[in-house]
Amino acid sequence: MAIRAFLGLMILLLFSSTISTALFEDQVGLADWHQKYIGKVKHAVFHTQKTGRKRVVVSTEENVVASLDLRTGDIFWRHVLGKIDRIDQVEIVLGKYVVTLSSGGGILRAWNLPDGQMIWESILQVSASSKSLLYVSANMNVGKDNLILVFGGSLIHALSSTDGQIVWRKELSTNSLEIQQVFQPHDSDTIYALGFIGSSEFVAYYVNYKTGEVLEQSKASFESGFCGEASLVSDDVVVALDASRTYLVSISFRNGVINFHQMYIPELIPEFSGKATLLPSMHNGILAVDIASTIVMLRVKGVNELKIIEKINHPSAISDALPLSKEQQAFAILQHDESRIHYKVKFDTDLTSEIVWSREDGLASIVDSTTSELPVEKEGVSVAEVEHSLFEWLKGHFLKLKGTLMLANPDEVAAIQAIRLKSFEKNKMTRDHNGFRKLIIVLTRAGKVLALHTGDGRVVWSVLLPVLRKSETCGNPFALNVYQWQVPHHHAMHENPSVVVVGRCGHNFDAPGILSIIDSYTGKVHNSLVLEHSVRHIMPLPFTDSTEQHLHIVIDDNLHAHLYPKTSDSVKIFIDEMPNIYWYSVEVGKNIIKGYSLELKGELDMAENDFQPKELWSIVFPSASEKIALTATRKMNEIVHTQAKIIADQDVMYKYISKNILFVATVAPKAAGEIGSVTPEEAWLYAYLIDTVSGRILHRVSHQGAQGPIHAVMSENWVVYHYFNLRAHRYEMSVIEIYDQSREDNKDVWKLVLGKHNLTAPISTYSKPEVTVKSQSYFFTHSVKSMAVTATAKGITSKQLLIGTIGDQVLALDKRFLDPRRSVNPTQSEKEEGIIPLTDSLPIVPQSFVTHALQVEGLRGIVTTPAKLESTSLVFSYGVDLFFTRIAPSRTYDSLTEDFSYALLLLTIVALVAALLVTWALSEKKELREKWR
Amino acid sequence: MKLALLLFFLLVSNFLPSSLAAPSSSGDGYTITGRVKVEGMTSKGFGVSSKLLNAKIILNGGQSVTFVRADGYFTFHNVPAGTHLIEVAALGYFFSPVRVDISARFPGKIQAALTENRKVLHELILEPLREEQYYEIREPFSIMSFLKSPMGLMVGFMLLVIFVMPKLVENMDPEEIRRAQEEMRTNFLPGSS
Repeated sequence: MAIRAFLGLMILLLFSSTISTALFEDQVGLADWHQKYIGKVKHAVFHTQKTGRKRVVVSTEENVVASLDLRTGDIFWRHVLGKIDRIDQVEIVLGKYVVTLSSGGGILRAWNLPDGQMIWESILQVSASSKSLLYVSANMNVGKDNLILVFGGSLIHALSSTDGQIVWRKELSTNSLEIQQVFQPHDSDTIYALGFIGSSEFVAYYVNYKTGEVLEQSKASFESGFCGEASLVSDDVVVALDASRTYLVSISFRNGVINFHQMYIPELIPEFSGKATLLPSMHNGILAVDIASTIVMLRVKGVNELKIIEKINHPSAISDALPLSKEQQAFAILQHDESRIHYKVKFDTDLTSEIVWSREDGLASIVDSTTSELPVEKEGVSVAEVEHSLFEWLKGHFLKLKGTLMLANPDEVAAIQAIRLKSFEKNKMTRDHNGFRKLIIVLTRAGKVLALHTGDGRVVWSVLLPVLRKSETCGNPFALNVYQWQVPHHHAMHENPSVVVVGRCGHNFDAPGILSIIDSYTGKVHNSLVLEHSVRHIMPLPFTDSTEQHLHIVIDDNLHAHLYPKTSDSVKIFIDEMPNIYWYSVEVGKNIIKGYSLELKGELDMAENDFQPKELWSIVFPSASEKIALTATRKMNEIVHTQAKIIADQDVMYKYISKNILFVATVAPKAAGEIGSVTPEEAWLYAYLIDTVSGRILHRVSHQGAQGPIHAVMSENWVVYHYFNLRAHRYEMSVIEIYDQSREDNKDVWKLVLGKHNLTAPISTYSKPEVTVKSQSYFFTHSVKSMAVTATAKGITSKQLLIGTIGDQVLALDKRFLDPRRSVNPTQSEKEEGIIPLTDSLPIVPQSFVTHALQVEGLRGIVTTPAKLESTSLVFSYGVDLFFTRIAPSRTYDSLTEDFSYALLLLTIVALVAALLVTWALSEKKELREKWR
Repeated sequence: MKLALLLFFLLVSNFLPSSLAAPSSSGDGYTITGRVKVEGMTSKGFGVSSKLLNAKIILNGGQSVTFVRADGYFTFHNVPAGTHLIEVAALGYFFSPVRVDISARFPGKIQAALTENRKVLHELILEPLREEQYYEIREPFSIMSFLKSPMGLMVGFMLLVIFVMPKLVENMDPEEIRRAQEEMRTNFLPGSS
């Protein structure tokens, strides 16, 4: 063991002299892939008037505004707006600008349609409560400066579409006005603005388009009130719902005269019960009403005549009407049918349609991910295949050799690149020797589970979980996490691994939970159930039952624990291990951290397997001065290779390695907000290291004048956290390393030899640990979005921090830069150990961005997985985009690089053999001559 | 050409209002207006290069995000008084974050400084500290690099053994060789007996 540790350290020392590995430009795409997404589309505007490239401009739930190619679905350009700057509406003006209204009607921006350059930006004054509406005149008079109208509450702004200047502003003198519909009859300068005042009054304004003058206004009140929804069906009829949502009210407002006409929905639709919702208007005399899982299309003729055209059962989405020509309009309907989606396009007149392209944009909203191994390669590869591949392999390598010797012509260079990218090896659906090929199983917000191949990022399978769809038993389901459920080792050839998806039926903690078990290779749903209890936490345990299913504990809202899988076998294992299971809960709102163990009261009911919590300890933070900002723990599956750290002068330090350390950061309650809201004197940050079994605070450190946002990552015996230093007005990163003092005496070799050491003494978290702590802080230039640390199979390779910066790039930073033993002038022996002289800020080397010249827009998370090869770690980062690569923090010391030229090796050997033969012949000749002499 | 461009920039900056912000009429905050300038980036003259198309300006680590207009200007609206941080995220360039102080006592008085090198900015014109090169430069093939590679060393060693060693042996005195051979034999004999 000691020898192995020593060897590991030797390797470390050997290879730590090189700073991180960088990429050559022609290596892009060899080990990495990048996919661009936009997210779930909220609003789309089609730009098809002119010849040339046809586009669709969309805004999405990920707050992206993007321009897509209508023929292929490719992204021309896109922008991700800020978090609080939600996009409300998108329009195209003058055929060349895209206008977005965001921040609840507060900001109007214009983007250049061809390239996405921002043209202008205007700030509008809005009242916070009201909904805003953007209106762009549809009649395109070229040469005339089109106005953009923004209705927000009682204010109307008209802006010039060329420079964003406010042309006129009009305040309609009514409070609590909510404009619902705006339209402009053909070829007129008058704009009709229809809305509700309060809940019972309908109002129609006629506004001059050019000056903002209110030409006419008419009001009428409706005694039973409106629910606030309205749909414009023709130029003079609006259909609304009354307050109880059981009457349809059609309102005609021709010539300033308002007439109401109400219809009781059950009279129209006999099976109606409950509440109705109006769907976005079709504007061609058709009204769509959603009544409890059925959409009814009604044709409106006049004020009082409604006719049912069609009933659609269980649709999930219905598109806006899309004008095809002057007369025709079409709209699309999506229907779920078990796991399939039906897509229908309906027209006024019948036409056929087909799907031209589709984008898997659920991948822009990943909530959690896990990895799964691929199937083991089956025997039986034909000889011909091997020969063929050998020939290809040789050919490829000779091409590569030409490339390295700079002899290749451009065509051959292209061929080399193509061979590299299309490498058949990396995209195989079987396990490889190095462990580079895996499946990344991701869970998206909509409840779709997808498996991505690490070779090229293609979707291997995807499944939309039926349990995560809205149903009567489960009102508002959403996905929480995905974990490994079963990883077969003994029967790896015959059994498939599976994952478990955990969800919840509503946003409250007391809503019932959802579990669904999915086959990792095929995406087949094995089992899914709505639980009787809620899900607060889920804890994967490091135990498996006889069928190799991982044990999981689900903690419900009453802090009771439920064991899954519910088999007698797993319960037996669990009962045996129960005294060793501890858990904790962090109550951010109450500022309390509590530790628990589990106990069994009375007889165990197999069907229930309900375990009660036993509170062991609690830490209450003073709410007047501290507020919990962040907690971080080590990864459960992290592997630490050695407990000892050999430092200069052959000295040894023992790492304090415990899976039960919790890092907690608290900030001053005043400083919990954004940067710029407090002065340095009012802000502070405390960092705690807490043992979660005993509740003991191992270490506490304060940073005066510091505030959040805090990001932290914990690994082995250290924690690194990132925060803002208000005094220096820069971001800072601190490292805390924790060492075990109680083993300090074991340094003496004689003690080890004579057996007088305490290495074999049991380590208990109950005993008071004697720890020493080293820490250091450094400046860091950028804001951070996410942090992670590399993970390798055996934990021998040195670590790198992966920092997701504000520019949506991922920076790999050697842990050696965050070593608390760094000093300004390291001694000779420290230099030999590889300690870098102390600098006040951490270096940002452009070549160490693992995302190289790409950006992972809207970066939210970085996940690392060990490969089988010890030197390599797989990195998957997700946000709106996805990026995957593999990195070797200490270079690939255990394998030849992709670049290794086998052909050159072969050539060298051939040359050597030739030289050998030639010299042998020469020497023979010489010897003969010697003998003759 | 470059000089002319520079002069033009200077002229433009002279015409700009020297204050960086003004209390805006709407809302309760101030307006910060600045400009991103990348020297020598334009081949077609005045404008923003395609690299800056996706440049984002971020206030206080993501509190609000804005974009650069075609002429390089950007604006933050409704910013309260206090000390703020502005970051520029533009692929290919390294920008220092900027500390911006908006004084509450003297409305409209604004100070700005780069946080990386504490350089005080009189006008909020943000220039990249350096361009970023994300890839290693592949060095062209040279004899030296080949010789340094393991294969080169192998060939070199073999050549050394083949051509230099016989020369060494030749230069030795025949007497010495004989003596050495005899020595070897005597050493060898006890082993075989």
